[in-house]
Amino acid sequence: MLDKYETHEHDVVIIGAGGAGLRAAIECSARGLKTALICKSLLGKAHTVMAEGGIAAALANVESADSWQTHFQDTMFGGKYLNNWRMAELHAKESPDRVRELERWGAVFDRTPEGKILQRAFGGHTYKRLAHVGDRTGLELIRTLQDKGIHQGIDVYMECTISRLLKDGDRMTGAFGYWRENGRFVVFKAKAVILATGGVGKCFKITSNSWEGTADGHALGFEAGAELVDMEFVQFHPTGMVWPPGVMGLLVTEAVRGEGGILRNSKGERFMEKYDPKRMELSTRDVVARSIYTEVKEGRGSPHGGCFLDISHRGAEYVKRKLPSMYHQFKELADVDITKEPMEVGPTCHYIMGGIKVDADTGATRVPGLFAAGECTGGMHGSNRLGGNSLSDLLVFGRRAGIGAGDYAAGAPAANIAEAEVEAAAAEMTGYFGRPNPESPYKLHIDLQNMMQSMVGIFREEGDLTAAIAKLQEFKQRYEHVAVEEGQRMYNPGWHLCRDLKNMLICSEAIARAALMRKESRGGHSRLDFPKYDSYWGEHNIIISKDGPAMKVEPRETVKVAELAPLVEARKAKESSK
Amino acid sequence: MSKRTFVVWRGNKDGGNFVEYPVEVEEGMVVLDAIHQIQRTSAPDLACRWNCKAAKCGSCSAEVNGKPRLMCKTRLDDLPGEEAITVKPLKSFPIIRDLVTDVSWNYTVNKKIPPFTPKKGADFIMQQSDVDRVQEFRKCIECFLCQNVCHVVREHNQKSHFFGPRFFIRVASLEMHPMDALNRIPQIKKEGGLGRCNITKCCTEVCPEEIHITDNGIIPLKERVVDQFFDPVQIVIRKITGADKPQPTE
Ligand SMILES: Cc1cc2nc3c(=O)[nH]c(=O)nc-3n(C[C@H](O)[C@H](O)[C@H](O)COP(=O)(O)OP(=O)(O)OC[C@H]3O[C@@H](n4cnc5c(N)ncnc54)[C@H](O)[C@@H]3O)c2cc1C
Ligand code: SF4
Ligand code: SF4
Ligand code: FES
Repeated sequence: MLDKYETHEHDVVIIGAGGAGLRAAIECSARGLKTALICKSLLGKAHTVMAEGGIAAALANVESADSWQTHFQDTMFGGKYLNNWRMAELHAKESPDRVRELERWGAVFDRTPEGKILQRAFGGHTYKRLAHVGDRTGLELIRTLQDKGIHQGIDVYMECTISRLLKDGDRMTGAFGYWRENGRFVVFKAKAVILATGGVGKCFKITSNSWEGTADGHALGFEAGAELVDMEFVQFHPTGMVWPPGVMGLLVTEAVRGEGGILRNSKGERFMEKYDPKRMELSTRDVVARSIYTEVKEGRGSPHGGCFLDISHRGAEYVKRKLPSMYHQFKELADVDITKEPMEVGPTCHYIMGGIKVDADTGATRVPGLFAAGECTGGMHGSNRLGGNSLSDLLVFGRRAGIGAGDYAAGAPAANIAEAEVEAAAAEMTGYFGRPNPESPYKLHIDLQNMMQSMVGIFREEGDLTAAIAKLQEFKQRYEHVAVEEGQRMYNPGWHLCRDLKNMLICSEAIARAALMRKESRGGHSRLDFPKYDSYWGEHNIIISKDGPAMKVEPRETVKVAELAPLVEARKAKESSK
Repeated sequence: MSKRTFVVWRGNKDGGNFVEYPVEVEEGMVVLDAIHQIQRTSAPDLACRWNCKAAKCGSCSAEVNGKPRLMCKTRLDDLPGEEAITVKPLKSFPIIRDLVTDVSWNYTVNKKIPPFTPKKGADFIMQQSDVDRVQEFRKCIECFLCQNVCHVVREHNQKSHFFGPRFFIRVASLEMHPMDALNRIPQIKKEGGLGRCNITKCCTEVCPEEIHITDNGIIPLKERVVDQFFDPVQIVIRKITGADKPQPTE
């Protein structure tokens, strides 16, 4: 028997209250649509709050030569030309307006001597381009959007997890979820749904992501029939903490290098001279991460298996002002005073470039009524994301998905939800209680993370990837038995993890299968057995979709925009002449 | 590897009790690590909130050995040696389960504060020195530890007539914003109950972001209340000039 559940009806339901979801909600509610914003944590705690270094926008406040064209070229070069060209174009053109708009909504960025928004250098950006607030830019962004949003009549549903998207025939008509607080079920009816669920870091053992990064949107979208693109491209940020064990993976912002931080190995060598003498520490993330990994592997690592990152030469005063939270993070968690001694850092799983395939202009997926924005989408960043390009992505495409979904909802008939679908969704959730031969969700999660880290991590090869896919089949079997004790439905993290595992398994399989297919190395995907670029793969993205119980994996030619070709060609020519 | 005993409050709004758990101590461990270990090994349904594990999101607030702290920032080696470590939920908010409390009051208060309202034609040219103070307040991660310790809330539960320190500095961040057009003083005096604060500074002491809540936020706000409501010279000037917003004192 199905428990009683509550139903809420809205024009647009937005799943996720990070930067992308909040920005989309502001757009929808401003157009007078009845808008719901749903999140797993409290409002204002989404992953976006952790973003540190800044938001990329060609404002040209510090270096007047900057322009949207250069930002576009940098983004394309960073992504090694696999980006969705149109997305990269819209992003470069619109992010300055989105940053200025934030300021008009109350964000207070650091200032230039002329009193304008200050911008800092970051890896892969030709000019000083990242608007920032010390090293807590994400907090500024989310708080600004939150304080704007709550006055616009958005209905916020906090600590509520969506476990299934609901369709009427082909069309998206709502979502099913549970309240974390009491375990009761809830149904949202909607004319349009926007996924803005963020990342997937929790598939890996060492990650900068919080518990929320369980690939929910990637998996929900896939299950509902949307396509995934570029899933093989996972960004390992070069600098995560490596010690103490409890904080392994915690991010050390790239702003440390942006402000002049130097990387050294155990011999005191500034090893980036070997790997990218031109850009040094500010090379793209994939390059720096692989360089550190190689140094460690070849025996030149720091005591806890990383390398040294030193900013102490900038002086205590400067470091404390520009990197206050890094200063505190190391002081309090690792007993290291970064104004005096180097930090120990190593790569950490940080961001996924791949995600739900959307229309650049509207955020529409191929499922009618389903839209997506933010980290859960793919395309914008190609094979590797530049630092600071995510926060701007959230605002540009959060807004666009809000408009896209809003337009769709305005012309759509009322939504209809079949009782049977709700019952199936409820049965899935109650199914985790009191199964015979229970498997611990925590144990399965750790095994999955260890496997992904070692077999589908920074360096990959055919044997590992094939074995990983086999392992994943075994994990799927074990998943059928994950269970928690009968009864406790109030705020039960073990129960929640059972359902999260399904999402992580789907996402991990997508990553592994795409990684196996791409027989080359590019951006966030490095194959030991195919260490070079390949011209075929330089023109193709990998698309994943649901095919009955199976996962369909196929290459598809990268779609270009004719008018942008001269910009791309110019950049390619410049890089090859180096 | 050494062991330590944790005593964690388990229960819900109808009551509960402390339960003992042994924890294997690793180097550099924080209280939140211990809670996670307990979840993994002996109590998978132990409820607690957390997100960033880096003192950036303000989710993991609890009372550790009686002191309101962020669990992710509280190192075990900073807590006295052999004794058991007690962890209980924030006292000032209604219990949901175990370490999770109902903090919705804070969201209700925030909604009462009118949003940032830029002056007409504001050009947003602002010097760093003009926004330093505002940025200090905007560091707030909404951990609500200050709300939890303030005696007006904790002992007297005057939630309906009091915004609390978190929202005093929220108002201060708007009031001192060089481009904000609203006079926020009447609201903070009446609805916000600023007068109920008697500057004990307990809020400042617990703030993990080291925001000078009282010295830089509450006291200047109190001064502005005095200027606007009790200073006869100011009142006359305001009447004559029609200025509804005093100049920032900083
Ligand atoms: C430590 C760190 C530092 C970073 N620094 C920078 C930086 O300086 N600059 C930059 O550009 N980028 C940075 N990034 C990347 C950037 O912060 C993220 O990519 C971005 O914030 C993701 O935003 P989002 O809106 O897509 O999702 P998130 O902010 O991750 O939000 C996801 C939301 O979806 C909700 N959700 C998820 N699943 C469900 C579900 N099933 N049901 C209901 N709700 C759900 C969550 O509760 C949450 O509200 C950083 C990332 C990290 C981890
Ligand atoms: S200083 Fe005021 S607001 Fe802060 S704790 Fe004391 S009474 Fe409360
Ligand atoms: S002011 Fe400080 S103590 Fe209060 S909620 Fe903000 S960060 Fe927490
Ligand atoms: S988990 Fe974010 S502040 Fe502790």
